[in-house]
Amino acid sequence: MRHLLTAERLDSETATAVLDTADALKQTLLGREVRKLPTLRGRTVITMFYENSTRTRVSFEVAGKWMSADVINVSASGSSTSKGESLRDTARTLSSAGADCVILRHQASGAPHRIAEWLDPTGTRVVNAGDGMHEHPTQALLDAATLRERLGSISGRRIGIVGDLLHSRVARSNAHLLRTLGAEVVLIAPPTLVPEGTEDWGAAVTHDLDAQLPGLDAVMALRVQAERMHGGFFPTEREYSIGYGLNPARAAKLPEHAVVLHPGPMLRGMEIAPQVADSPRAAVEQQVRNGVHVRMAVLYHLLAGEESAA
Amino acid sequence: MNGVERPTEDSGGRVLLRSVRPYGTGEPVDLLAENGKIAAIGEGLDVEADEVVHAEGGVALPGFVDLHTHLREPGREDAETVESGSVAAALGGYTAVFAMANTDPVADNAIVVEHVRRRGTEVGLVDVHPVGAVTAGLGGTKLAEIGAMARSDAAVRVFSDDGHCVDDPLLMRRALEYTGAFGGVVAQHAQDPRLTPDAQAHEGGNAARLGLAGWPAPAEESVVARDCMLAGHTGGRLHVCHVSSAGTADFLRWWRSRQVRGGVSAEVTPHHLLLTDELLETYDPLYKVNPPLRTDDDVRSLREALASGVIDCVATDHAPHAEQDKDCEWSAARPGMLGLQTALSVLVRSMVRPGLLDWRGVARVLSEAPARIAGLADQGRPLEVGEPANIALVDPESEWTVHGTELAGTAVNTPFEGMVLPARVFATISRGRVTALGGKVEARGGRS
Repeated sequence: MRHLLTAERLDSETATAVLDTADALKQTLLGREVRKLPTLRGRTVITMFYENSTRTRVSFEVAGKWMSADVINVSASGSSTSKGESLRDTARTLSSAGADCVILRHQASGAPHRIAEWLDPTGTRVVNAGDGMHEHPTQALLDAATLRERLGSISGRRIGIVGDLLHSRVARSNAHLLRTLGAEVVLIAPPTLVPEGTEDWGAAVTHDLDAQLPGLDAVMALRVQAERMHGGFFPTEREYSIGYGLNPARAAKLPEHAVVLHPGPMLRGMEIAPQVADSPRAAVEQQVRNGVHVRMAVLYHLLAGEESAA
Repeated sequence: MNGVERPTEDSGGRVLLRSVRPYGTGEPVDLLAENGKIAAIGEGLDVEADEVVHAEGGVALPGFVDLHTHLREPGREDAETVESGSVAAALGGYTAVFAMANTDPVADNAIVVEHVRRRGTEVGLVDVHPVGAVTAGLGGTKLAEIGAMARSDAAVRVFSDDGHCVDDPLLMRRALEYTGAFGGVVAQHAQDPRLTPDAQAHEGGNAARLGLAGWPAPAEESVVARDCMLAGHTGGRLHVCHVSSAGTADFLRWWRSRQVRGGVSAEVTPHHLLLTDELLETYDPLYKVNPPLRTDDDVRSLREALASGVIDCVATDHAPHAEQDKDCEWSAARPGMLGLQTALSVLVRSMVRPGLLDWRGVARVLSEAPARIAGLADQGRPLEVGEPANIALVDPESEWTVHGTELAGTAVNTPFEGMVLPARVFATISRGRVTALGGKVEARGGRS
């Protein structure tokens, strides 16, 4: 793995290796008082976030620090980018300043691809931490890690993704990765939030959440972003919630073992009811915990190579 | 060079083209140009000439006419100038180009269009005809001074807000009516802005997968349908810019099969005849253009429509951009592609080689039809004695690899980068004067 730009291009073998490494790291750190491994000592990891983010940035930062890497956070506001520097110049500057790995979040779909192309000759690795409406591959990996823990396996499982499929990078990454790992994916949303041309995603598309619930091993609710609520994609928040919100009545229709996931931040009462978000079948906090281990594993595979021990 | 010179004034020399095949048919003949006109055509002409071009059986076509060129001057001279664009045009076989109005300041008044016209004349490589804006400042709210531009020295006849759609139906109706007073034509960039907020790519599987906001084909088709109906109702003349979708071609086929008032013509770009949205995979903004690259089905329909005459002509939408406006993330990049020097080759690859068009057809779509649409009396004429000596000489057998850095001007944004294309223009004669030969332009008074 040279860069991590998409979940779409991850093959099953590589994805499984990352998930196995994440498991091993989790076991290694379990019960330790000092949660720090020397693996990436002397490596420099720079997070470059052009969009606000708390959980993803913190998760990457903690992951790097637990691996003993030097982690530097650059935010787009307050740096040279707000003075109009091009993405290319910013990326090359960070690379020249010694970044072994650049973790990028950007509002433009494909921005990490461009950076990877510009930086490839320099040896700097690039991780996509969410690009526009395109992908968020580490989110899909941490969701897969969580589903593996909860369900024992992913292959053959039926997993529903509910919500704003049109604008969601989490939906795209999950649809690709879960399919690669052998799951059956069902995409559930009102027609206005389903992009034209999802035929190639290898997932069923439906508008009826209730009909799907009894057959799902897991359901993932996507955040509905505020700007979408007023974009005419659906009449009112209330109507969305009635049709697609994960409320207690819906949760009751799920099989006993079924898991509820949410990438956060959650809009309680909108796409997920508090009673469901805080129920034992919800895995929201477990997702966040796994996020750190998965991102440690990604950094390990990109920077430490196969020969070093976890 | 000093002041204003009309191209006709310096075309006194005799230029002899040895061994050309007009329209690619028959045995090679010699063609003599004198005083800006074709003076003789025949086998083994025994005449003295100031310049002899050995064409070795190359195809002679009437000089190409581009209804859709962005020369960027005034305002973005870092991307292109009237001079560098004229060089590209001459090298591409063009003897007339129409410079779009979306400059800075906008060509929405007599002063700017006269300036562009004058610059073209000074450079003297190709007839530069300014296009006038339809609405003031391309703002889409009130008509520009269309009459003043029409009556100016630039004698503007083609009006367009290209880059923007004249989306207000009432304003479009008025424009179609008002331009009728001057025999003008409204060239519409058909794109319903309400259906294309922040649109980045053809709405379909690739855009969905790549997370790029969709540019749905109906946003073009619905405006084309509306405008055709307005042209039919008012008797105005509509030219549809850069048709990009199969649906638009289907509608135009139906509309043009009916007897209606007004006039409708249409153009397609070389890139829409060859490239598809599969190229977006790398997010390289070289492939970003408006309207966007679409699908194989669209390409097939556009080729058929051009072959059958439903689409009249090929126009380049030559759109040079400075490096910083292309070497960036996709959504920040400007849409547009270079086209003047690759148009003929792309047309040969997409239409001639597959058997959809012969050289007569190439002459029709690159020269005769655009000259007719724009009302140019001295372009797109037959290659016959007494006609203007505007000629493109094509080597149909050569192959070449496209490199943006080897094209004229500072901009390098060709979507055909690295492609091997067939056929090449090796000489251009404008009003009896050689303007390009062997990949070099010939400035007035000698080679440069």
